[in-house]
Amino acid sequence: MNKPQIIVGMATCGLAAGGKAVYNKAVAEAERLGLDVEVRKTGCVGICHREPLMDIIIPGRTRVSYSDLKAEHVPAIFESHLKNGEVYKDRLLGQFKPTSPDIQPYPDTQYYDELDYNKKQYKIVLKNCGFIDPTKIEEYIARGGYEGAKKAITTMTPEQIIDEVKKSGLRGRGGAGFPTGMKWQFCKSSPGNEKYIICNADEGDPGAFMDRSVLEGDPHAVIEGMLIGGFAIGATHGYIYCRAEYPLAVEHLNIAIEQATDRGFLGKNIFGSGFDLEIIVKEGAGAFVCGEETALMNSIEGKRGMPNPRPPFPAQKGVWGKPSNINNVETWANVPQIITNGGAWYASFGTEKSKGTKVFALTGKINRTGLVEVPNGIPLKEIIYDIGGGIIGGKKLKAVQTGGPSGGCIPSSFMDTMVDYESLAALGSIVGSGGMVVMDEDTCMVDMARYFQAFCQDESCGKCTPCRVGTKRLLEILERIVAGKGREGDIELLLDLGSQVKITSLCGLGQTAPNPVITTIKYFRDEYEAHIKDKSCPACSCSALIHFEVTPDVCTKCGICVKNCPVSSISGGTGGKKGEKPAFIGDEACIRCGVCFEKCPFDAIFKYSGGVKKTS
Amino acid sequence: MSVQELDLSRIEEIISQTANKKGALIPVLQKVQKVYGYVPEESIEQIADGLHVYPADVYGVLTFYSQFKLKPRGEYIVRVCCGTACHVKGSDRIAEDLITKLKVEVGETTEDRKFTLEKVACVGACALAPVVIVNDDVHAKMSTDEARKIIDVIQKGKS
Repeated sequence: MNKPQIIVGMATCGLAAGGKAVYNKAVAEAERLGLDVEVRKTGCVGICHREPLMDIIIPGRTRVSYSDLKAEHVPAIFESHLKNGEVYKDRLLGQFKPTSPDIQPYPDTQYYDELDYNKKQYKIVLKNCGFIDPTKIEEYIARGGYEGAKKAITTMTPEQIIDEVKKSGLRGRGGAGFPTGMKWQFCKSSPGNEKYIICNADEGDPGAFMDRSVLEGDPHAVIEGMLIGGFAIGATHGYIYCRAEYPLAVEHLNIAIEQATDRGFLGKNIFGSGFDLEIIVKEGAGAFVCGEETALMNSIEGKRGMPNPRPPFPAQKGVWGKPSNINNVETWANVPQIITNGGAWYASFGTEKSKGTKVFALTGKINRTGLVEVPNGIPLKEIIYDIGGGIIGGKKLKAVQTGGPSGGCIPSSFMDTMVDYESLAALGSIVGSGGMVVMDEDTCMVDMARYFQAFCQDESCGKCTPCRVGTKRLLEILERIVAGKGREGDIELLLDLGSQVKITSLCGLGQTAPNPVITTIKYFRDEYEAHIKDKSCPACSCSALIHFEVTPDVCTKCGICVKNCPVSSISGGTGGKKGEKPAFIGDEACIRCGVCFEKCPFDAIFKYSGGVKKTS
Repeated sequence: MSVQELDLSRIEEIISQTANKKGALIPVLQKVQKVYGYVPEESIEQIADGLHVYPADVYGVLTFYSQFKLKPRGEYIVRVCCGTACHVKGSDRIAEDLITKLKVEVGETTEDRKFTLEKVACVGACALAPVVIVNDDVHAKMSTDEARKIIDVIQKGKS
């Protein structure tokens, strides 16, 4: 690397925040100034709340990251950093630790690793995300890529590899947490010459994007993991089943497979060992249930993605009726480093039963949103407060939702809970694939349960009755509760029906669909009761149960609410100091959209439900 | 709606490129949709013949997966993300507002075939919630106002 490098974050989140404009400006500016630099793209570094990001590396100096950029910041940064060799402090995020003694750090410049957001993180899966150009295999190799595969295939036996994975304690990162080594063992011991390995990249949980970031930012790590697993199991074919909503991930995977094949890491006689493996990307077509392994395999075969009863398990009879092993993206991405550094190294992170790290997608009403990778067993409050920076606007934390539609809501009184498979299960939730949605006092827990139930009901494939009909009935009850038409006994009905659906459904979707309902009743029963008995929503969120009103002596008659009301339900409120009366909201015509409440610059409008009153 | 005859000749081409591979039905339908913007009902028999499956299988797959559309869609596909993070941050209101603005229900296309309004479960841009996706552009941290503005810009720019 002899030229200065400009690196712009261009994963989906970076692009959404405006990364493309920054990238284009960087290219244009470099050309205008006649700079001999290389402008590159990278994946997601996980610090989504500071996007768009641009990093600059001058040879011999540390890598410096700038954040919260707009295209117009680029010239000033180039002027200061590239021409004068000085860090442009205004948009500085931090500099990276020098990677060797001859790399000189910048004076008085915060280290990236020491940011509050990063201090408690430890990156194994996300090691390369945001650092390498995911479309260039050289960059992956330069950071130790394919060394794990080479070691495994050329120096280890399949048994040794499986032992090492067992020793690492790695468990399935897709949600269920089944020990990976044991899963491989099952498939390996299954008779047959034709075996399949599959990567489940059908990340369907709403509120989760860990796998997207890995696929977009470090696709080779997944392929290398599959290569190692494929060799250990004796697989002949591989599939990556990626959801269609992730077009960039599909693109990067296909590029990565082509490059790996060109280098001989995939295809025939890999590393001269006589082992052959080809990997094909299969695009999903938008069905949440396809995250369930037997449904996914049906989808690969071109059928409706419906689950099959087990046994037979996929390890015995999977895709095309052959023994198949399926792991999630994050599980595969852990494997190369387990082989390179040893199972004992990996097992040194985490707790007794939950080893290693886990990636979480931290979102919702939290200050610092993004991807975080932490050792298993970290207290929940450290993720929410130390890493996430607490709740937006200093509001009160109400609950943290983990595990998506299959998981549960953990109330704020359990923030000391360690985040690992066992501890979250004890609370009725799950680690799941890693979505972590933070909710504050303005989130209604009954509505949350309704939201997840609506999702599951919509995604239920319809094959088994408990899930098809049960989720629909659960949803109907929840819908009438949030509409203020709840009946005495509805809570008991939800619990009874919910437990039946859990016990009798065919696959994981139905078996876990009632979880959000059951946990919210467990921890927030009073909110359900308020909806049913008092016809009120304590979070002032359910539109059928709230009202808006103006505090007359705070209203300045600026007219903003009147102008913005979509149904013209506000009278008065214009004419400044001289004329007219303060604004008045006609409750009959009001559709409870809340626009006036949000728009009022003087907090003169409040909403109320039952005895609760809230101003913005 | 124009009543011109649909040119189905590209379907043959798509089938011939993929017919020999196992499990080709979904990829074939995806390609057909890419070319036509939807999967024309007139093409179902042809696809079934080409892949040696029953038309019922094709129809079954088409109606199972939310990606496949059996009706033509608008020039601009406006998708409101309704994932958990977007929901918590008020995506419902954005969707409702766009229903009023575009005068179509979710899943429908405007009469001038310019916009199709859809909801999507999650696009994985949760950290920038709520998001609205117009064709391939993801718009972050939306409000009802800003979503309206995006539509306005398109309407002004192209009409």
